[in-house]
Amino acid sequence: MSSFTALFRRELALSWGKGGGPLLAVSFYAAMATLLPLATGPAPDKLAIVAPGSAWLALALASLLSLERLVERDYEDGALDLLALGPAPLEAVAFAKCLAQWITTGAPLALAAPIASIALGASPGLSWLVAFTALVGGLGFSFCGGIGAALSIGSRRGGVLIAVIVLPLFAPPVIFGAGAIEAYAAGLDWRTGLLLLIAYSLATVGLGPFAMAAACRNALS
Amino acid sequence: MITALSVTNLALSRGDRLLFDSFSLTVTAGEAIALTGANGAGKTSLLRAIAGFIRPDAGEIVFTGAGGALDSDEARGGGLHLLGHLDGLKSGRTAWEELLFQAQWSGGTGASAQAACETLDLNRLKNLEVRKLSAGQRRRVALARLIASPRALWLLDEPLTPLDAAWRARFGELMGAHLAGGGMIIAAVHDPMPVPARAVEVGATAVGA
Repeated sequence: MSSFTALFRRELALSWGKGGGPLLAVSFYAAMATLLPLATGPAPDKLAIVAPGSAWLALALASLLSLERLVERDYEDGALDLLALGPAPLEAVAFAKCLAQWITTGAPLALAAPIASIALGASPGLSWLVAFTALVGGLGFSFCGGIGAALSIGSRRGGVLIAVIVLPLFAPPVIFGAGAIEAYAAGLDWRTGLLLLIAYSLATVGLGPFAMAAACRNALS
Repeated sequence: MITALSVTNLALSRGDRLLFDSFSLTVTAGEAIALTGANGAGKTSLLRAIAGFIRPDAGEIVFTGAGGALDSDEARGGGLHLLGHLDGLKSGRTAWEELLFQAQWSGGTGASAQAACETLDLNRLKNLEVRKLSAGQRRRVALARLIASPRALWLLDEPLTPLDAAWRARFGELMGAHLAGGGMIIAAVHDPMPVPARAVEVGATAVGA
């Protein structure tokens, strides 16, 4: 267990500090939230309608940013060999990496999401739901993004490849998350969307590490 | 703990190219093997196959412990060190952070990492970022992991290359101590090993390449 703790601490340190981590993701998110109103033109009421959806789209894009360093750097500097020869299987390593990614990127983004959606004109009463869906969705973004990161190991321009692999898989959480918020704002049944979002995230947590570990083994061979 | 390794009739290929076949090798406790062979003969691939990264085309690799054959995943996860061309160190972290993690991950402790620091004279370098170390110093940090977490089988891929003469001799002493304690070493080398080792040529048995 102590070796797993050591691994988790290392992953947190790597994604918190040197990779740019939370600051980079939140700045990118803020920049997206600033550009959106400029693109839609001077109509605040129009903007308020698309605010939750736009905030969610920006969230998905911001989650992509630091995925490239998730496993690619370990592959490049040889640390992946070491991780594969540890006391825990690669699936556990993948789990630790994605969980650390969620804590260092997903959680700060979830804190920033309500601020961005209020700035875009959404009702402040929605804030708790925006933050909660962003937190749950971020879990799915991290674990699903990890699969893309592992599949693109060894390719030049890995970042773009990750985006191409992963963005289509981000469609369900964006639909469910933004849908739940819009339904809540309109006074409709919002629980279904939220439950589907939670189900999606839990499924990626359950399946993602296996896919990631398989992709890493393939890259190492 | 692994006490013997036997490789029987191994065939390895990379892509469409057969590197070698019918390769057999037995290593017992206290023995060192120097893998020789031309560039591209398959020394690194053999080490990676023993570590379980490359699936052989044919043949088998069996780890034996005190009580008979071991489960190969368990044997690899707790019984062998692989040190490749790359040192596996993150350039942005300090030498000590990396050594401590590598030691703890592979079964050592903070105290054993500190002891390894002293053995490899790393105390002065501990708080430097890895990017500021020379190639030889980085290799010493990577070698410290072998000392910090004792594992029976060392798979070394050209371990001596960046080291200076004094450190090659010193590492030879460490290898000797490891062998004397019942350890095993398989090293791909172009230079003579600093410990008595049985030379095994890789690639000599290749057919129709």
